[in-house]
Amino acid sequence: MSITIENISKRFGGFTALDNVSLDIPEGKLTALLGPSGSGKTTLLRIIAGLESSDAGRILFGGDDVSDLHVRDRNIGFVFQHYALFKHLTVAENIAFGLESLPRKQRPPKTEIRERVNKLLEMIQLPDLANRYPTQLSGGQKQRVALARAMATKPRILLLDEPFGALDAKVRKDLRRWLRALHDEFHFTSIFVTHDQEEALELSDQVVVMSHGQVEQVNEPAALYARPESRFVFDFLGHVNVLEGNLKNQKLTQGDAWVSLPSVQGDQEAQLYMRPHEVQLARSPSAHARLPLRIESVSLIGSEVRIELQPEGWHSNELWEIGMSHNEFARHAPARGDLWYAVPDIGHLFTNAQSQPRTVDWHYPATATAHP
Amino acid sequence: MAAKHHRVGDQPWVRRILVGLALSITVILLVIPLVVIFYQALSAGWSTFTSNVLDEYTLHAIGLTLFVALLTVPLNLVFGTALAWSVTRFRFPGRKLLTTLIDIPFAVSPVVAGLLYLLLYGRNGWVGSWLGQYDIQLMFSWPGIVMVTVFVTSPFVARELIPLMQQQGSEEEEAGVVLGASGWRVFRKITLPNIKWALIYGVILTNARAMGEFGAVSVVSGNIRGQTNTLPLHVELLYQDYNIVGAFAAASLLAGIAILTLIAKAFVEWRQSRPEQPAPERGGV
Amino acid sequence: MSAPSQAAGAAPVRRFAGRSKRVLPGFGLSLGISLFFVSLVLLLPLTGLVMETAGMTWDQFWFTVTDPRVVESYKVTLWTALAASLFNGAFGLLLAWVLVRYDFPGKRLVDAVVDLPFALPTAVAGITLATLFATNGWYGQMLEKIGVEVAFTPLGIVVAMAFTSIPFVVRTVQPVLEELSPADEEAAVSLGASDLRVFRKVIFPSLWPAVVTGIALSFTRSLGEFGAIIFIAGNTPYVSEVTSLMIFVRLQEYDYAAASAIASLMLLVSLCLLFAIHLWQGRYLRRLEGR
Repeated sequence: MSITIENISKRFGGFTALDNVSLDIPEGKLTALLGPSGSGKTTLLRIIAGLESSDAGRILFGGDDVSDLHVRDRNIGFVFQHYALFKHLTVAENIAFGLESLPRKQRPPKTEIRERVNKLLEMIQLPDLANRYPTQLSGGQKQRVALARAMATKPRILLLDEPFGALDAKVRKDLRRWLRALHDEFHFTSIFVTHDQEEALELSDQVVVMSHGQVEQVNEPAALYARPESRFVFDFLGHVNVLEGNLKNQKLTQGDAWVSLPSVQGDQEAQLYMRPHEVQLARSPSAHARLPLRIESVSLIGSEVRIELQPEGWHSNELWEIGMSHNEFARHAPARGDLWYAVPDIGHLFTNAQSQPRTVDWHYPATATAHP
Repeated sequence: MAAKHHRVGDQPWVRRILVGLALSITVILLVIPLVVIFYQALSAGWSTFTSNVLDEYTLHAIGLTLFVALLTVPLNLVFGTALAWSVTRFRFPGRKLLTTLIDIPFAVSPVVAGLLYLLLYGRNGWVGSWLGQYDIQLMFSWPGIVMVTVFVTSPFVARELIPLMQQQGSEEEEAGVVLGASGWRVFRKITLPNIKWALIYGVILTNARAMGEFGAVSVVSGNIRGQTNTLPLHVELLYQDYNIVGAFAAASLLAGIAILTLIAKAFVEWRQSRPEQPAPERGGV
Repeated sequence: MSAPSQAAGAAPVRRFAGRSKRVLPGFGLSLGISLFFVSLVLLLPLTGLVMETAGMTWDQFWFTVTDPRVVESYKVTLWTALAASLFNGAFGLLLAWVLVRYDFPGKRLVDAVVDLPFALPTAVAGITLATLFATNGWYGQMLEKIGVEVAFTPLGIVVAMAFTSIPFVVRTVQPVLEELSPADEEAAVSLGASDLRVFRKVIFPSLWPAVVTGIALSFTRSLGEFGAIIFIAGNTPYVSEVTSLMIFVRLQEYDYAAASAIASLMLLVSLCLLFAIHLWQGRYLRRLEGR
């Protein structure tokens, strides 16, 4: 069942939570709503569920307008951020709740309910905890029970609000993998809200980045990371190194730093965004860039050495971060306080004239184009 | 005690003085008065006590008091629950005002409360005079007593429920609705178990006050012995008649109810403070 | 699946009507019951008082509420209520502190018996206190030796008011004291501050809003108290009559107008106190929740 969101707006008093949002959620895919707090992602999820009403716009499930349908009748599964398990019911009773709430005619007989609950308990790998109460469960167990409860009535759509927000790192990883496997097995249309970029990129088929009540970009995780379409998405997804300066004669200059930008016309303010892996470190400036940086710290832990650098003779709001393989690190042995030069391979140029960046590739200049 | 204390007032001498002071004032102001009631009631012997309690007028007063409480408690239970549900589960203009308004009976003197009802429903009041045409008299009879008692005790249930329901939030109920449960099912299966103890607590307090209200009831009752005399009014009547032992015999019944209230309250608080129980007795729920 | 094609490409669809459906059930029912009840039980009776008072001329009203005997009752009521609530401020703070901070035998009993004044009917409290403090009573005899008379004096009113409002301060301060973080206190103590200083500078600043709330509640209750007072006060005109008794006296004289005039004044004061306390709590609670 696909979901279509058309021109949804929502205000709370003077605060605009959602501003004319339109979106397509493909059938059978796992979609992440990613954004900082206050970006409207949870509100959007609650509107899709029917837990909140929108001021304008409509929601369609598989082409049917459900905007005026009560939550009860939308046949969705919803997993709440803090699980919202019924404290006074056992795990089994929690899971059976939806089935027992069905109208008498559709309600399966008691034995069938029990069977279905047992199956769900096996699915969430907690068959022994049927008679426990929620307070006797760990966070991860509660999350699984909440999921089983939501899936018991076989909803067409599964919505999850910050599903792993309250869990510690280790449990979070396990549950993520488990949810992905579960999704691949059942293929319901799911949407989950998260503020964790890693979680969104790792888990989903499609990521919707939101900020200030608007959709910034929708894409598959890999494409999203490789080709952000706005400054916001760049900043929000992983680290980015920025050179902010004056563009003149195909050269971006600020203080002692400059980068030549062949084939870029114009005379204006501009920012060049570069991911840590799109920049290399060298002992001397290259023909196309001079970006002097002093090493501030070196972090050896991980598959790559991470080096933080402070601009020398120019300015950047945040420290630069550049990765280096352990091999290379052993060869050059950069140390704190050394002066190095950044050499960009690929950069993304933002000017005030265009909202979308223009990608510059110094090794294969022919491919340097604006995004489609 | 080599270790230095680290919280204020943990030194033994401070602690001893403060506990001693608190205990003595508690004994003087609270415990001894409670003892005196029973001491006075029994001062003329057990047989005088029983004959005082089994006195015709006392028995009638007990009956009327129970009757008033029996009508008042369910009314305020429904009202308090409805009010708590509406102000904690929905946002609407005037919500804050409503939660302030229900505290009026706590702020108003019971005599003023009685007067308000007397002025409206009494023979000269605009509702009272209209009812008078149909020979319906509410004041100076039991309906008036019930009405002012409902007024005086109306905040108790709501006051217990509102903070609890606010703190619990409505996520569980939302989850119930998402799972397709009807309104009644959500209330009975999800809300009610969560507020059960606070509800009982509210009922206990409502009942205690309903049985013990004096000022408001005394304005609207007319104090007719054997007709509109509740137990607290009967206590006053006997006391004014210089039947001190009789007054305390009646008072001891009310004090007994007060003690039961305190015990019930302590029990409910103890239940509430316990972490969620893996109740072994799960038959009829 | 029935041809939503024309809608799909359409311009923003705006439908405001019928949008505010509530997710949780029972809004109409619960609000309906509440409003009906509040109107019928709490607000409608006010109209009787307004009409009765409106029937008086201003001069009549003024004459009634400034009658010297009545004015004397205001004074007595105010100062006794103030004295009683201040006593409860101190005693309540002490009790709350002892109950939260220390363990001692009988603690649960003390905690339970604190609520006795709310559970015990005021008339019972009244005759009990009157008996205890009478010159031949247990307390009266002892106090007589040091020349203090309580029964049938304004002091008796203070005792009755104090008794009936003991729980307010204890029960407002207790939860705040329980949630006080030990860390602030430990930090202050570790910096070498004396206990008294830590209490003044660290503990009391977080406690006093609750103490004030408790005192205000206790004061409001004391202003209106009737049952417990009339037995012990002696009710001597110009000396030990409280205002609620004045209303009662006027009623027994069948002077409904005078009773209403005094009652309307008293009601106004109580309602102002009520709203002030709610505003105060609203502000103070918001600060607690950090909103």
